[in-house]
Amino acid sequence: MAAGTVTEVRARGGRFTRSAGLAIAFGLLAFAALLSLGVGARSIPLGEVVDALVQEGSSQNEAIIRNLRVPRTLLGIAVGGAIGVAGALMQALTRNPLADPGLLGVNAGASAAVVIALSLGLAGATSSVWFAFLGAAAASVAVYAIGTAGRGGATPVRLALAGTAIAAALTALIYGVAMTDQKLLQQYNFWSVGALGGRGRSQLEAVIWFIAIGMLLALALARSLNALAMGDDSARALGAKVGRTRIGGAISVTLLCGAATAAAGPMYFLGLTVPHAARALCGPDQRWVLAYSAVLGAALILVADVIGRVVVRPSELPAGVMMAVIGTPLFIALVRRKRIAQL
Amino acid sequence: MSAGVLSVRVLRVGESVSLRVRRRPVVVGFVLVAVALGLSVYSLGTGEFSIPPGTVVSALLGGSDPASAFIVRDLRLPRVLCAIFVGVALGLSGAVFQSLTRNPLGSPDIVGFPQGASVGALIVITMLSGSGLAVSLGAMCGGALTALAVYLLSFKRGGTSGYRLILIGIAISFLLVSVTDFLLARARIEDAQEATRWLLGSLNGRNWDDVRPLAISLLVFLPLAIPAGRALRALELGDDAAHALGLRVERSRLALIALAVGLVSVTTVAVGPIGFIALTAPQIARRITGTAGLPLVCSALMGAVLVLAADLAAQRLVPDRALPVGVMSGLFGGLYLAWLLSTEWRKGRRG
Repeated sequence: MAAGTVTEVRARGGRFTRSAGLAIAFGLLAFAALLSLGVGARSIPLGEVVDALVQEGSSQNEAIIRNLRVPRTLLGIAVGGAIGVAGALMQALTRNPLADPGLLGVNAGASAAVVIALSLGLAGATSSVWFAFLGAAAASVAVYAIGTAGRGGATPVRLALAGTAIAAALTALIYGVAMTDQKLLQQYNFWSVGALGGRGRSQLEAVIWFIAIGMLLALALARSLNALAMGDDSARALGAKVGRTRIGGAISVTLLCGAATAAAGPMYFLGLTVPHAARALCGPDQRWVLAYSAVLGAALILVADVIGRVVVRPSELPAGVMMAVIGTPLFIALVRRKRIAQL
Repeated sequence: MSAGVLSVRVLRVGESVSLRVRRRPVVVGFVLVAVALGLSVYSLGTGEFSIPPGTVVSALLGGSDPASAFIVRDLRLPRVLCAIFVGVALGLSGAVFQSLTRNPLGSPDIVGFPQGASVGALIVITMLSGSGLAVSLGAMCGGALTALAVYLLSFKRGGTSGYRLILIGIAISFLLVSVTDFLLARARIEDAQEATRWLLGSLNGRNWDDVRPLAISLLVFLPLAIPAGRALRALELGDDAAHALGLRVERSRLALIALAVGLVSVTTVAVGPIGFIALTAPQIARRITGTAGLPLVCSALMGAVLVLAADLAAQRLVPDRALPVGVMSGLFGGLYLAWLLSTEWRKGRRG
């Protein structure tokens, strides 16, 4: 494993190539953002988009861009980046190529906590994020505890199964609570589809700082994550603090997933897909994987959102549904690969 | 285990028929029947209007005052019968599925049947604005297509591995769940609430018109379960051994799959997808009876007991709000699955 890692790092070229790659990824993100600003029920030419961004105006198109599409795009960038980084962190921490906040029950935990808080009248639009954190943390601890039971340790299959079990119980709980109140059910149905549209600026403002802190924490851990990839013992020998890295990583994942879920609803498969793409592009160095995952996650969710706006015009498919459509084939391809199926 | 072997009796009828009968499964079977009857009587006797158990029994036998007879026989009995029939069908189909896949997780819940059924039903409700039979047919098609897709996708040279099947089932389920969520979010509020109720599987408001088709289909399917049990015992020994015992392996397997899918479809049509009964009933039954394979009869009875209990809990747990039975079965089924996984792994089984 270690030898393979080293050659792979060399094969991906040096620092310059990877920086250039990251710059291209940023370019992609910028392009996706422009698309997200221009495409929709009402298409706005690119020139007008740029005009609306740089100078004050009062035309209808500019109002649409400034009031609707800019907040939506910014929310997409924040949420996509957060989930991309969270997915990369989870995959590195558990050394599990199938880790995804959706698969491992984190989203379900956040959703359940928010719905229960709403039904008890404890939470409003902004305070619900705290409940999302609580639920995300509780669910991930439960899934990890079940997955690591016994001698074999946490294999990808075990964690996925444990995640499914916990998510199934939580989903039933959510519906049980939501069924008792028609208004709550409608609210939940609307929110349970991961989407960027109709969420508004306040949602972004409520979570942006949590996402920023989570990302900084993740980047600070990157070096130790590299050591962790060699196994706990080797990591210790290399001077990494394994326990501290795990706890820091868990906090970061909770912050990122909880905030993203509170803001945009659950997104499945984004956290799974993006780190795989990132590793294919930049090799296994976690410092780069995290940076690539953030940028690519933001770009991918914007692309999914734009496609969702185009395919069923004038109505929309939410980004969450598009992500599931994009992510499922990748997951199946991963599972069909022999190495993982036999774990 | 040795006690189990010692308690085997042989039942002979004339020269040609002989059956091995083990005492413990038989005792467990009778206990389960008793529990199911007790739950039924309790369920029939309680509600907005309480009726003492004695009156319930006499109402069932046809000798009580007209008011209690109406409440027990026309209002509450259909629901209880639905619960029993659905439980029997789900328990049996779960046992067949799990025996065939030789995997405690190989149940219709895991290969995406309920999720596929949900999408099928929702498409009919929200896009084709159909109702009644059309919804049920949509659900059946959706479920069967999903199960087929999962099976084909997990098929690779050398057959399907149990865990690949399950992982791909999970992936497809996630995809279908987000399609379901999307369809729900687009639907009108009334449609959405009705659909959610259906999606969770509900026994609310069942009448005799719902019971009859269920009963008829069970009458068709249950006799098929007797040869199925024999074939399953042989298949559990492995394909080669089963072949050597004179079983047409592929044909039996196909017939068994058809039986299991048929049973699930019948329940889905009648009450919507009730999660996790097919997963949990056979496992609990096996643990109680202490048999090596999955006991078909006890699994079916256990299914009935579980659905009755889940329905009672769903009706009574939240006062003045009758929850769908699927909420309870999903909640406890999910937790049970988590417990099952962690104990299996703690014992150091593979996976």
